[in-house]
Amino acid sequence: MTVQTEVTGFRGIWGQLRRNKMGIVGLVMLLLAIGMAIFAPWLAPYDPKAPVKITIDDIYAPPSAEHLLGTDDAGKDVLSNFIFGSRVSLTVGFFASFIAIAIGGTIGIIAGFYGGRVENGLMRVTDIMLVIPDLPLAVVLVALTRPSLWNIIFVIGILGWTGTARLVRSQSLSVKERKFVLRAKAIGGGNLYIIRRHILPLVLPLMVANTVLVISLAILNESTLSFLGLSDPTTLSWGQMLNFAFTRGAMSAGAWWALVPPGFGIVWVVLGCTLLGHGLEQILNPRLETHHLAVGKQMVSRSSQEGA
Amino acid sequence: MGRFRYPLKKAGWAALTVLFVIVLNFFLFRILPGDPARAGLRDPRLTQEAVEAIRVRFGLDKPVINCFENLNPLKLGSCAVNPLQTQFVIYIGNLLRGELGISYHSNRPVREILAERLWNTLLLVGVGQILSIIFGIALGVVAAWKLRTRIDYGALVGSLVAWSLPTFWLGIILLFIGSRHFDLPIGGKATPGLASSSNWEEWLDIGRHMILPTITFTIIFIGEYMLIMRSTMVDVLSEDFVLTAKAKGLNTYQILKDHALRNSMLPMVTIIALNLGFTVAGAIQIETVFSWPGLGQTIFEAVGRRDYPMLQGAFLVIALSVIFANLAADLFYSYLDPRVRAG
Repeated sequence: MTVQTEVTGFRGIWGQLRRNKMGIVGLVMLLLAIGMAIFAPWLAPYDPKAPVKITIDDIYAPPSAEHLLGTDDAGKDVLSNFIFGSRVSLTVGFFASFIAIAIGGTIGIIAGFYGGRVENGLMRVTDIMLVIPDLPLAVVLVALTRPSLWNIIFVIGILGWTGTARLVRSQSLSVKERKFVLRAKAIGGGNLYIIRRHILPLVLPLMVANTVLVISLAILNESTLSFLGLSDPTTLSWGQMLNFAFTRGAMSAGAWWALVPPGFGIVWVVLGCTLLGHGLEQILNPRLETHHLAVGKQMVSRSSQEGA
Repeated sequence: MGRFRYPLKKAGWAALTVLFVIVLNFFLFRILPGDPARAGLRDPRLTQEAVEAIRVRFGLDKPVINCFENLNPLKLGSCAVNPLQTQFVIYIGNLLRGELGISYHSNRPVREILAERLWNTLLLVGVGQILSIIFGIALGVVAAWKLRTRIDYGALVGSLVAWSLPTFWLGIILLFIGSRHFDLPIGGKATPGLASSSNWEEWLDIGRHMILPTITFTIIFIGEYMLIMRSTMVDVLSEDFVLTAKAKGLNTYQILKDHALRNSMLPMVTIIALNLGFTVAGAIQIETVFSWPGLGQTIFEAVGRRDYPMLQGAFLVIALSVIFANLAADLFYSYLDPRVRAG
């Protein structure tokens, strides 16, 4: 895997990302969701925490002018819950992936840079963790601890680092062999100094791209755990909304308005992350995008591609 | 002897992983706050004697491990006890005899319940995997062949959307539509109380119950298979032997089928194996939504009922299945591509 130094600076990445349609669409989707989370109190028509007085007709009431997306099992406004739910889902996504990237990045850099026994040991641990299925283990861990948002963040974080560790390791392996690192070593630069000044800056962009993908996984995991009823019932994430709707009769009431929006929110954020992540990956790790059976102008032989 | 070095090494690591999982599985349930002794026995109506009797019945009166004064910051276990009488040794001993304990909820052996449910999960996962692999490969080949056309972009975006769908939500939506508009069953594996006159009718009933879960499963997994197939296929199609085949005058179909597809299948084997963990995750969600009586639903129910032996057993069975399936895929891969044995 070779990396073009020209595109590894963050400014260079932005320049390329602007021309990457998928990446831009993903970025815009993600920014919209973040904006919704930040401005939730101004956007939401009702306060989800405020007590409401309801009659039987307010439960699973269909969309109306008063409640644009109808009401849920407690007679509360689905739209407001949906807008505030983005806060929980994004918080979990960001914090959990921060933990995962920190663990995976550290292990990957140490393994890649030091090599030898250290690398062997760390990668064996990674392999073992990679094989153990995440979700069942997460379910067990969360079920055995008190249900709270922080427990979920922590569990998702400590189970989600394996992919990052492998990616960062292979990247630091290739960076380590580059001339300027060897020179820095020859001059007498310490290991920590070399890691901080030479390895990290070249590994970081790839880690950022990876973070975006890890966020999407974390959000999916959070929604799944919440849907399975393992989250704190007082924090209303999108997964929790679906858990309430599914277990409290939205299906038999035909209340699609309680089922569709939370799922749509999850798909929106995860798809945004995925598009942005793939866009960044394409820039940092360019793949061949043509072949011999392609038609028209794209029909180029491999050698002329590489020469260009 | 050289032939066996690679398989032996792989099997050794799998064995180590199994050991790790067993130890983890035991101590997780003893150390974490919601330990079985307290959580399972919370009913205030129980008298002290009844609680004691239950603790003895499930072996919870014994210390967790023998005391290791220096190694034991958690102060588990008492020092005055015979190591063979600790919960850990008893647990390992039972495991070796294939015993997984007794369910707190149903009072039946966990092994018996899991054995029934394992087959249901395998049926659901098997059919879903086969369908998603077939469709995923087909879509990937077409997308790679029609690279940078509308078909390609359509398939690409479709796959990314499919990848982003929460499995349980897709299940809910399909269940909503299927049960309301297509008269499909709302869950379970068979219609309760259906007097089937023949095996054929019974299977037909199970098949009808499988339609929605299987569609959910297929849509969730098709995306990833398609993306991998597409990128591998693009790589293979840019190799020189494809150009040679084209120069020989072979038509596109022949090139795709005889030259490109064969060489693109190898990475798929790895991906299918690596996907097994996600497969399990998918099964838990789908079985929960569709009340399919498999391992996934068992986990879900066990969590709700605080049925720890059940949860522990189900986790062990799932983890071991994934480890062994991974090992099998590794060995199969080295058989298909002897180069990996050298590396």
